[in-house]
Amino acid sequence: MDPIEKKEIVGSRVTKLDAPEKVAGRVRYVNDMTLPRMLYAKVLRTDRVHANILSIDTSKAKALPGVHAVITAADTPKFGIGVLKDNPPLKGDKVRCIRDEIAAVAADTEEICDAALRLIEVEYEDLPTVFETVDALAEGAPVIHEDRPDNIAMLHEFKAGDLEAGEAQAVHIFEDEYDVHYVTHCNMGASCCLADVDTDGRVTLYSQTQYPFIMKMDIAPSLGIHPGDLRIIQPPVGGAFGAKLDVYPNEPICVLLAMETRRPVKLLYSREEEFIVSPTRQPVEFKIRSGMTAEGKLTFRDVDSRLNNGGYTSWGATTPYVSMRTGTSHYKVDNVSYRARAVYTNNPFAGSFRGYGNVQATWALETHMDQMAEIVDQDPVAFRLLNSNEQGDVTPQGAKLNNIDLKGCITTAAEESDFLKKWQANLGQWDSPERFKRGIGIASSLHNAGGAKIHKSDGCGTMLKMDDYGRVTVITGASEIGQGIDTVIAQIMSEELGIPMRDVTLVMNDTATGPWDVGVHASRTTYIAGKSAQRAARKAREQILAAASRQSNVSPDELDLRGGHVVQMKDGEPVMPLDRLLRQMHFAGEDAELVMVSDYYEPPSEPEDENRYGDMSASYSHAAHVAEVVVDTMTGEVKVEQIWSAQDVGKVVNPVGLEGQIEGGIAVGIGYALSEELQLKDGIVQNPFFRDYHVMTAPEMPPIHMTWLETNDEEGPLGAKGAAELPTIVIAPAIGNAVYNATGVRFNHPPLTPEKIARGIWERKQQMRAAAE
Amino acid sequence: MSAMVDVTFTLNGHTTSLAVAVHDSALTTLRDRLDHAGAKLACGEGECGACTIIVDDISVNACLMPAPDLDGRIVRTVEGLWEGDGLSKVQDAFVRHGAVQCGFCTPGMVMQATHLLEQQPEMSDAEVRRGLEGNTCRCTGYSKIVAAVMEVSRDAATKTAEAAE
Ligand code: FES
Ligand code: FES
Repeated sequence: MDPIEKKEIVGSRVTKLDAPEKVAGRVRYVNDMTLPRMLYAKVLRTDRVHANILSIDTSKAKALPGVHAVITAADTPKFGIGVLKDNPPLKGDKVRCIRDEIAAVAADTEEICDAALRLIEVEYEDLPTVFETVDALAEGAPVIHEDRPDNIAMLHEFKAGDLEAGEAQAVHIFEDEYDVHYVTHCNMGASCCLADVDTDGRVTLYSQTQYPFIMKMDIAPSLGIHPGDLRIIQPPVGGAFGAKLDVYPNEPICVLLAMETRRPVKLLYSREEEFIVSPTRQPVEFKIRSGMTAEGKLTFRDVDSRLNNGGYTSWGATTPYVSMRTGTSHYKVDNVSYRARAVYTNNPFAGSFRGYGNVQATWALETHMDQMAEIVDQDPVAFRLLNSNEQGDVTPQGAKLNNIDLKGCITTAAEESDFLKKWQANLGQWDSPERFKRGIGIASSLHNAGGAKIHKSDGCGTMLKMDDYGRVTVITGASEIGQGIDTVIAQIMSEELGIPMRDVTLVMNDTATGPWDVGVHASRTTYIAGKSAQRAARKAREQILAAASRQSNVSPDELDLRGGHVVQMKDGEPVMPLDRLLRQMHFAGEDAELVMVSDYYEPPSEPEDENRYGDMSASYSHAAHVAEVVVDTMTGEVKVEQIWSAQDVGKVVNPVGLEGQIEGGIAVGIGYALSEELQLKDGIVQNPFFRDYHVMTAPEMPPIHMTWLETNDEEGPLGAKGAAELPTIVIAPAIGNAVYNATGVRFNHPPLTPEKIARGIWERKQQMRAAAE
Repeated sequence: MSAMVDVTFTLNGHTTSLAVAVHDSALTTLRDRLDHAGAKLACGEGECGACTIIVDDISVNACLMPAPDLDGRIVRTVEGLWEGDGLSKVQDAFVRHGAVQCGFCTPGMVMQATHLLEQQPEMSDAEVRRGLEGNTCRCTGYSKIVAAVMEVSRDAATKTAEAAE
């Protein structure tokens, strides 16, 4: 047999493992599932945003033929869900925002559910309402939760250095405000869950959750059961993007109905409901005040922000865990202060969404940085480079920026796009009568690329077994939600064990089989689940090579696994087929052994202490984006023509997957900048339909030119880093800055809709005219 | 109980008869009655294309099509594309180009792309994008979907050129 060369699988373009099944229409999402004797469920919501509930009468609904159960708060355990456990799945005494759940029905069909909901009578006593954070903080404001009379749900504060000294050093001090808006995930598969209870009271929940293991602990009290009696299965989902990182009322309600009826129950939201009910991205009002020397070196930065928390506390209130890092640590500035207050109002509440608080913080900071550059008369690239973080920096909050390349990202994006020449040329056209004006803008950001230790562990487990035919089964705690960790793990197995990817079977998305994992968030899965998988593969490899060495009398160090064979490391000469070796190991009488190994990987990150100091992620990375736009000054429409993205990604595991994450992330970021907004009036969602909430379509997406800066992360699996959030984070302010470069008008509050832009341009004209007179 | 009507139509080449409620949509009929869950329900309002099927050579949002209108039609869904010798050209290109992430939009995208290519085998990038405008994808940013369709389109162009020689 010929020598076998080593095949590089990691880093090569491979296709997503489940793509063939998905294109064939063979994949069953939760939304598609049914179980025998299954009932359908629907939820009755309030039509008030702040009111006491005086009575709920479900008797007529219960009497309707085909109805199997109607539940209210009176029938359910009194435990709240969410980050502060302030949100009872069903509300019994009071409603605080439009999505509040009053009662739920399980019936033979969805139509019967709807009819039953119409028969439920609720009496309310309206309470005074409050929607703006400033109003909610004012003396005498309506109190949303009685145990928080000041309406502050969560307070985040950090200080480092000496702000006064920083002010004293500053030659220029600049302050501005940036309000970022409500947007929502628009997962193509609407929220859906299916619950089944066995004869012994154990619950199986088919869920779209992104954090199955911790979810067991979080949801159990609201069900009155032990977390151990819950099994969570995550069938394929139609997108998640952070929307499923908490327990939301639909899941306990669904389980409670299944318990009540002793039948499987499915609860699926309509698209309209999805817009109204699913958690939003956290809206924030930032005030940033910062100073610099005459040369433009930052001397201090003071950020104060208010988060409109809505009626309840989910992950939105915790987004400062990430936005604070950008606010205090993106660009070098020693004297910093950051405060974020999450303030209860009668608006819908926010959760986590791809990019977490960093989309918001980066919009504010990168708009601010552009404004600062102008004050010292520097171009946006030079000013950013002057203040850039460097390899080895430790940020004021203790993040160790190893293996990063911010300057490289900024320089690359600028050079590839010919930024300076275009930027300079565009400045001269602000007052020209041209209708279409070109603009170019740049922005950058910093994000965690190796998870975030916000729980006691940020780890992931893997179990691995090999069969008699050389096939591998990997049981991982990681969650696959479309992002492609299935493929990454198969690549790692293929590389480490010298077998085709096809010979790897993944078992995942089930808490009964999978070892523990935090969940899919914080750009952590490739890094942490990938690393755990790699460590398990290496243990298996060691066991196999030890056995091969015993049989061949060649030292294990001189052996390798390639092409389904044990081979000589130096020349690839086959020693024996892997499957035969595995069978020999297996059927060896008293010495029999199976290849079965496990690994639990805990990344070397640390939780922040009470002073918000700590190296929270095992890795960090940067990206810089340049956007080139054309603004129609008559209609205010912005067309994004081209995008250049330079990202420090560590070693690339799967270029196809990485490109997909960057392209998809950017599409969400463009929507954030230009078109998407969940409009609220008095706490009520005004546009709960795709036709009025515009997500990017194929013709609107510009070409994206990508450059990857392959820093080698020493800790990450084969040098890899997490990468999927930065694309969404960085693009929006690059577009905002490009619109400024085109028009001379600064827009601090996204989205930059045609109306806003046309008005801004008109106002600028008026001002210029007035100044000229 | 709402009125029922009998419909007979061809579903992926097989004659299918059943009674449907007049207010039912083609989508619920396919999904809930005929176990063809490939077409997805994502909005139910004709706004996203996840439910796209091909009816008599026209691409249709099945969520808006009244079930009684199925009668006498030739209906194709994503399940019908790969029966035969494996994945269709469009499906295969989607896989190889990485056009699939969560995959929820994919059956609709694949059907719309199939329809576009049947109508006009050779298309420009802009034409493909315009043709996919009614199909929303929240994961991919469309580049890879467009690249997949363009590849099939280019192959068609090469074949035409070869045939002309
Ligand atoms: S489900 Fe039919 S168009 Fe959205
Ligand atoms: S792949 Fe997820 S919506 Fe298109």
